[in-house]
Amino acid sequence: MKLFNEPSPLETRIISFRFGLENSASIDTYLAHDGYKALRKALEMTPDDVINEVKASNLRGRGGAGFPTGLKWSFVPRASEKPKYIVVNADESEPGTCKDRLLIQNDPHQLIEGILLGAIAVGAKKGWIYIRGEYNYLIAIMDKAIAEAYKNGFLGKNICGTEFEFDLYTHTGAGAYECGEESALLESLEGKRGVPRIRPPFPAISGAFQSPTLLNNVETFSSVPAILRMGGTAYSDLGVPKSGGTRMVCMSGHVNRPGVYEVPLGFPMMKFVNEIGGGVWKGRQLKAIIPGGSSSPLLRAEECDIPMDYDSIAKAGSMLGSGGLMVMDETTDMVKLALRIMRFYQHESCGWCIPCREGTTWLKKMLQRVTDGHGQARDIDLIGDLAQNMRGRTFCPLGDAAAMPTIAIVKKYRNEFEAYVAKNPFAASELVSIS
Amino acid sequence: MTFSPELEAKFADLVTHYPEGRQRAALIPMLMFGQDEIGSVTQEMMEELGRRLGLSTMQVDEVVGYYSMLHKKPMGKFHVQVCTNVACMLRGGAELYDHACHKLGLGHKQVSADGRISLEEVECMGACSWAPAIQVNYDFHHEVSTDQLDTILEGLQK
Amino acid sequence: MALVNVTINGVSVQAENGALLIEVAKQNGIEIPAFCYYEGMSLQAACRMCLVEVEKAPKLMAGCTLPVAEGMVVRTESEPVVKARKTTLEFLLSNHPLDCPVCDKGGECELQDMTFKYGVGESRFTEAKQHVPEKQWSPVVFYDAPRCILCYRCVRVCNEGMGVGALGVSNRGVYSEIIPSHGDHLECDECGSCIDICPVGSLTSGIYRYKTRPWEMEHVGTVCTHCSNGCKTTLGVRNNEIVRGNNRDRSGINGEFLCVKGRYAFDFNHHPERLQTPLIRNAEGVLEEASWSRALKLVAEKFKALAGPKFGVIGSTRTTNEENYLLQKFARTTLGTANIDHHRSGDVVTLVDSLSGKTGQLGTVEEVYTAKAVLVVATDLSQQHPLLANKVRANFRHHKAAVYAVTPGPVREDKIARKFLRAAEGDSIAAVESLRDELAKAGDLVILFGDSIQGEKVRQLVAFGESLGIPVKYVCLVDYANSRGAMDMGVLPDLGPGYHATAPGLNLQQMLEATDLSALWVVGANPLKGGKTLASKDAFVVVQDLFRTETAERADVVLPAGSAYEKNGTVTNVCGQVQRIKKGIETVGSKADLAIIGLLARGMGVSLGAVDADTIFAEIAATVPGYSQLPMPIILTGGAAQTHPVNGRVPASTVPGNISSARDTLFTTGSLTRYSKILNEVLEKPGALYS
Ligand SMILES: Cc1cc2nc3c(=O)[nH]c(=O)nc-3n(C[C@H](O)[C@H](O)[C@H](O)COP(=O)(O)O)c2cc1C
Ligand code: SF4
Ligand code: SF4
Ligand code: SF4
Ligand code: FES
Ligand code: FES
Repeated sequence: MKLFNEPSPLETRIISFRFGLENSASIDTYLAHDGYKALRKALEMTPDDVINEVKASNLRGRGGAGFPTGLKWSFVPRASEKPKYIVVNADESEPGTCKDRLLIQNDPHQLIEGILLGAIAVGAKKGWIYIRGEYNYLIAIMDKAIAEAYKNGFLGKNICGTEFEFDLYTHTGAGAYECGEESALLESLEGKRGVPRIRPPFPAISGAFQSPTLLNNVETFSSVPAILRMGGTAYSDLGVPKSGGTRMVCMSGHVNRPGVYEVPLGFPMMKFVNEIGGGVWKGRQLKAIIPGGSSSPLLRAEECDIPMDYDSIAKAGSMLGSGGLMVMDETTDMVKLALRIMRFYQHESCGWCIPCREGTTWLKKMLQRVTDGHGQARDIDLIGDLAQNMRGRTFCPLGDAAAMPTIAIVKKYRNEFEAYVAKNPFAASELVSIS
Repeated sequence: MTFSPELEAKFADLVTHYPEGRQRAALIPMLMFGQDEIGSVTQEMMEELGRRLGLSTMQVDEVVGYYSMLHKKPMGKFHVQVCTNVACMLRGGAELYDHACHKLGLGHKQVSADGRISLEEVECMGACSWAPAIQVNYDFHHEVSTDQLDTILEGLQK
Repeated sequence: MALVNVTINGVSVQAENGALLIEVAKQNGIEIPAFCYYEGMSLQAACRMCLVEVEKAPKLMAGCTLPVAEGMVVRTESEPVVKARKTTLEFLLSNHPLDCPVCDKGGECELQDMTFKYGVGESRFTEAKQHVPEKQWSPVVFYDAPRCILCYRCVRVCNEGMGVGALGVSNRGVYSEIIPSHGDHLECDECGSCIDICPVGSLTSGIYRYKTRPWEMEHVGTVCTHCSNGCKTTLGVRNNEIVRGNNRDRSGINGEFLCVKGRYAFDFNHHPERLQTPLIRNAEGVLEEASWSRALKLVAEKFKALAGPKFGVIGSTRTTNEENYLLQKFARTTLGTANIDHHRSGDVVTLVDSLSGKTGQLGTVEEVYTAKAVLVVATDLSQQHPLLANKVRANFRHHKAAVYAVTPGPVREDKIARKFLRAAEGDSIAAVESLRDELAKAGDLVILFGDSIQGEKVRQLVAFGESLGIPVKYVCLVDYANSRGAMDMGVLPDLGPGYHATAPGLNLQQMLEATDLSALWVVGANPLKGGKTLASKDAFVVVQDLFRTETAERADVVLPAGSAYEKNGTVTNVCGQVQRIKKGIETVGSKADLAIIGLLARGMGVSLGAVDADTIFAEIAATVPGYSQLPMPIILTGGAAQTHPVNGRVPASTVPGNISSARDTLFTTGSLTRYSKILNEVLEKPGALYS
């Protein structure tokens, strides 16, 4: 399989610049294009210098939460009786997100190099890349790259002729969105059900196999080689203050040129849709955008004229999240959208805690009923209310991820719910409650 | 029970990937690879993998029940998975799934009488920018139109 | 540990830094509701009932996993908290069948109670509920998935509490369910802890279900009559029938622990073969039903005529201290014989002697839970001493106790042992020796030893313990509910109450082998079990028992006795802890052994004074060393008090008995359990010690 979309001239290709090169996944191509240069540089630096460079880059986690990466790296204890590990989150399951897949498919060595830089920074000797089960073909690609790296002295003992050693393995998931949540991922890695852990302790203190663990997203690790090559500050300057560098944004939905594009943080959202994406398809009007995967509350068209960086999107009431930007045209049925989103979270709720397990199920049933034309007026408030009752009360953020978009849709498109109810011939103006 | 020599070699290697005493970590990959070879996660397989990794069959069962890609009942030789999640839905994923249902005469997680084809409506599989997408076993097909789906399905039925 | 200042609902309190908020609140009289939190078990943070408001926290926090810290300000009854609880309950009830009227748990259900206290009055849920049929996992365990609130208590009690791990969770999300060890059924200890701990009616008991409403029962706190561990149990009695055994009030030495026998095997009481009229052997040699007055008259006459040194008496390991005390007194004085013994299953006598002059070295159940190290020698503890095994496990889980096992075969303790050694019974002491260096560093130690450690070996073991240079306590393991009491009360051929030397008589074995016994009186024992015979062909044999045992078949007169659940008195457990038992029911036609002895005495024209449990116990307290300073308020209120050590040498036994454990498993305790229908149904691996 090759690269899926033509690059856009408006992109800033820092971590995707090798995409499209012939044999881009091979170590030869990688070495011919700055490959493992950052590693050689870092091997001459102290771990603290590496971490400081990452801190200076203002890189924030690309998995969804946007936690400052350099800070996270500094949490891993220097001295530890237990071995330290690296875990790469390649579970990529947030609806709307398909960038980690490209990063592994087109440039697996960049990921390996990023992991090695993390290993130098925290003093880890072993790591696993947790790849979602559906990405079976990526395991073959990744395993091949790992074998090449071993062969060329970038993995194993005496890396680049130094004392530094590191072993890296792939590990397959088996179908569970919740295993993208870091602590559930660690459980899954250990061969258990993907149920999140009580935190603290955070993975940096007690992660994989109860050892200190550095866990980051594929894109996060993939960004680090460039940071070390160009310097943290230069990388940071590509973006906006507090959101350094570039991001892979996955554009999907009702646009003319869907695809994954690398743009600097702070890139204007409407410019992204209109100029890179070629605008809304079929000459239609924009209705709404989900900016960062289905967990992020949608923005109405008029709310979309904002820069794409963590803080600006947060100010608009949503999240940059995983970079899954979904565009909806004027014909989009928001009730059906709400139902489809809830069906997803209901299916993926691990079931551990009551508000999420029961809340998503109840909401799914109600949204299904409303969509089927059996809604009652009071259902609309109840949907909003139940979502509010889930929010902030669940064991892990999946409950919030289900609640927040629902709250936003009901609030912003209440009229569409009312229209569904109005079509129900049996809708009562008031219902007697069942005690 | 026995697995193919290739798979046995893979298992033997797999358990070396994890820290000493933590070989249970190999369970999920083993279940996935085992299922790929046998066609489903059988009772026998759960017992065997449990035995190898020092787990009770119940402990294996707990894990199997959790993951949506692990099936205790065999799926078809060709398992057709149609994504209807948001990005695909916006580009006709739901209609594509309906079309597949009619064309195959199968519903969610049903298997054709000859055991050749099975159908499943699945969640986002990371192909959102190339929607609507389907997977046949592990093979992705992107930007699938109903006509293309017909061709793919007809190819499988032969 | 450092103390910190915390403010809860405006009141400032002090607490240990890092203690869980839910516990700190409780200690200060503030209840934070919880389903999944369960004291002593691992944390889950799953139910979200315990959410509280913490100043400066961005959202509500789970009180069950929140360690308190200096300056923390918490509100447990503020508006957001109250609302969160209401909505959690609303979510929980959304898919709950609400079949309370036909649910066993109705009336004692935590979900009902929580809804009553914290819930909303009405339901906004109008969707279809998801239904899954109920499943039967074993004769005693049923699971109703729709009622399950997924608090994972059952999974944890089985895994952490019992060390069995027979329950798990499968599927995902709202389809999650609890699953049993073997696909569609359970193979486990069948202890029923999971049923007991289930806050709702999801797990129900095969013998209790649909029998009664909880408020229709009378709850009688007494002590289990099976093994020697002495668990407190609360019998649920309705219409003179025991319908349930549990220990939900967590009183007593066992907390809420009960094994399969304590929880279910009270059904022998209602067995159809239970004797309800005396039997007398008629002219044709057949045992025939007779009235009490005729039987008592006959026995009294015979006893009077046959009294003297050829008379044999066998006491019981299950009757009360009062009964055994009175029996030996009656035998030694009125009947004028020294031939008295019982089935001995552990060499307590030598242990007491080896420790003479020392105080505080007999371990208690509590100490098995608190000692820094525990050494288990020559016993399959989990099978033979379920409560003690449970305490060892709890000690390991809660205090990281160092556990050592020296056994002839694999035992469950291996799994938690710092070291386990396989040693044939004859080689136990040598194997124990090899642990010397490690044990000497243990801090303090409790040694539990089985029946093969007897005589000289007990002395060697004690010498070993005393040479370690650390505080060591000992528990000599014995079999049955009052095995220890029988010895303390002097049901021994050469030792009277409190291990005082008396003129020696025949031991049990010698009595059976003697050819010239004039009479044999067996009170609550079955010495002829397993095809044994009585050599004295002409001896007049009287048996007091619940059933027609092998020994009863040889009797001239059989007197139907009451069970431990049918009388008052005291028993002494394996650790020498005295507890009170309480009458729960009555079986028509039977009499308590104490009453029978009294009636026989009267028939013989002998006055024993008042023959009731309290009076006899007062006599025991006044005369038996070790029982003299027992704190009565503790015993009377259902507590356990350890007997005091015997100070001064115990004379070496002049007539050593055959000491051997009956090697009961988890599912048996001697003859009694043959009459428990439920135990016979759940029997999975009969007799499988060390496997
Ligand atoms: C329900 C849920 C699903 C998640 N899925 C993913 C995922 O698929 N990939 C990912 O990288 N992070 C995912 N995350 C975020 C991770 O928990 C974690 O924050 C991230 O992997 C850390 O890496 P980063 O700091 O590099 O972003 C998910 C979080 C939640 C709550
Ligand atoms: S919010 Fe609760 S039920 Fe939902 S995925 Fe997280 S832990 Fe599981
Ligand atoms: S069966 Fe009972 S104890 Fe077990 S998880 Fe369900 S509600 Fe909790
Ligand atoms: S451990 Fe012994 S005393 Fe306790 S319930 Fe079981 S048989 Fe009865
Ligand atoms: S929504 Fe279909 S692949 Fe992502
Ligand atoms: S008691 Fe705290 S979450 Fe259940």
